[in-house]
Amino acid sequence: MKTVKLVDLAKTIRSKNAGPDRITFDIIFREPEKYELVKKSGVINKKSIAELFGIPESRIADFVEFDPAYAIKFTINRLTPSGSFGEGDVFGCQQYPPLYDIEIPIDE
Amino acid sequence: MGKDTLRIISPNGHLGFAPTKEESFWIGARTKPDYYCCDSGSNDIGPVPLGADICASHPEWQKHDLELMLLASREQGVPMIIGSAGDTGTNSRVDMYVEFIRELAKKHNMKKFKLAYFYSEVDKDYLRKKMEEGEIIEGLDSRPNLTFEDLDRTDRIVAVAGVHPYIKALEMGADVIIGGRSSDCAIFAAPAIYEGFPEHIAYYCGKVLECASFCAEPYGAKESVIGTITKDDVKVTAMHPNQRCTIASVAGHAMYERSNPYYEYFAGGMLDMSECVYEQYDEKTCRITGMKFVPVEGKIKVKLEGSGKVGERYLGLAGIRDPYTIKNIDKVIEWAKSQVKERLPDAEYQLSYRIFGKNGVMGDLEPIKETKSHELLLVVEGVSKDKKVAEEVTLVGTRQIFYARLPEVKGTAGTAAFVLDEVFEVSPAYEWTMNHVVPVDDPLELFPIKMIEIGE
Repeated sequence: MKTVKLVDLAKTIRSKNAGPDRITFDIIFREPEKYELVKKSGVINKKSIAELFGIPESRIADFVEFDPAYAIKFTINRLTPSGSFGEGDVFGCQQYPPLYDIEIPIDE
Repeated sequence: MGKDTLRIISPNGHLGFAPTKEESFWIGARTKPDYYCCDSGSNDIGPVPLGADICASHPEWQKHDLELMLLASREQGVPMIIGSAGDTGTNSRVDMYVEFIRELAKKHNMKKFKLAYFYSEVDKDYLRKKMEEGEIIEGLDSRPNLTFEDLDRTDRIVAVAGVHPYIKALEMGADVIIGGRSSDCAIFAAPAIYEGFPEHIAYYCGKVLECASFCAEPYGAKESVIGTITKDDVKVTAMHPNQRCTIASVAGHAMYERSNPYYEYFAGGMLDMSECVYEQYDEKTCRITGMKFVPVEGKIKVKLEGSGKVGERYLGLAGIRDPYTIKNIDKVIEWAKSQVKERLPDAEYQLSYRIFGKNGVMGDLEPIKETKSHELLLVVEGVSKDKKVAEEVTLVGTRQIFYARLPEVKGTAGTAAFVLDEVFEVSPAYEWTMNHVVPVDDPLELFPIKMIEIGE
């Protein structure tokens, strides 16, 4: 089946702290058709996200398909609060790039 | 009779963190909004500012932004409300903003006005007493409930105010309010509730305005937006000539920096946005209806943020270019760690290596396991309660990267490149020790309000 990368469909792909204990991820589409395509493909879900980041599903605190904004949103629990000893990303804003390469199946 | 419509300007999503853009602010100010409101805080900046009681923002930028708002609001004779003073909303930051307002009033020979301010720091003994009486201090975001151990390792706590102290200050006749730590949306919701507008409208208005132009497009921070409310709807309008508030930008903003785009919690209840309807009202304005306010059942719960010091901290930097060393970077780090242990066998310390070029940014979340970079940067972080130990741990831990003993290394004159052959004393290490809620009988009990007169 033919596929296209998420980065070529979404308008915005971002991550950011949601409080000190969580990082939240937003995938936002400009066109409703592209949002529906990705949503209906079912490729992005709690299980696939957990596999992508190599974490147990229990670390995913929230997963929402947010129709008004044509967006898919999920949130990951941090292992230690933001800014703790050994921090690499205080704002949690550079954790999204692995989402770029998610392959979304499309009709030929 | 109350007002039919109320207009609130939001000039900046985090006052002072980067300066407010003046063009869109003055475009907005010329339309004579009823209130000038701005949030000046965030917990995004990590636990250091709260723990060490310092700002993350530059004082000149804070003064710049306060000056714009004070000039415009005093000229018009309407209230100005600032929440979460000085990034963290601690007592010293509130005092600092009050002093800034005093200086600015003097600089511009302003006529007398009433300034209300409130603190939000929480005494550890207040919480200890509650806990001893069996009160549960409930953890948020999957955190366990607060323990005495958590409390002991905390240095500074702020309670996050809802609308209550702001409404009280407005009832007392305040022209300017400087608030301690506050829910962003409360800063805007309070005047709306005070003016008689329904809570669901007021809180949504706060929710959409709190980050200023982050609810507009194209992306561009620090530009002003204005919220216009009636008893039936909220309209939000971008002030920058090239920005618009669209259905996409406003709905998209509902998701920003929160786990769930449908629910917003604050002291006193929750805003339910799951049935929100977004419409393009005019070119620059989005209209929102359908939000609901759900009051808390039982006692009001006030959020607490706490930060505790872990130790003194130094950083070292080491660059690696040798491909054999890159391939064996984990062994090199083990070598350096063993040398620190050998040198300081009995010391208590923590030593971390972030390997940029491998997984320095993402750490455990990094899916790419194979390092393809031709060079790496190690960021070495050493922490100890004893400053001398922290320095030596970091120095040995960095320098020994240079002396790494790998069996087949060809570069035997040094296996690391240093930008500077030294380590850097940086801010002490702190940790977020509290992200909890405390139930209270009176929502004002944590937020004592004072009123003073400023000006001539």
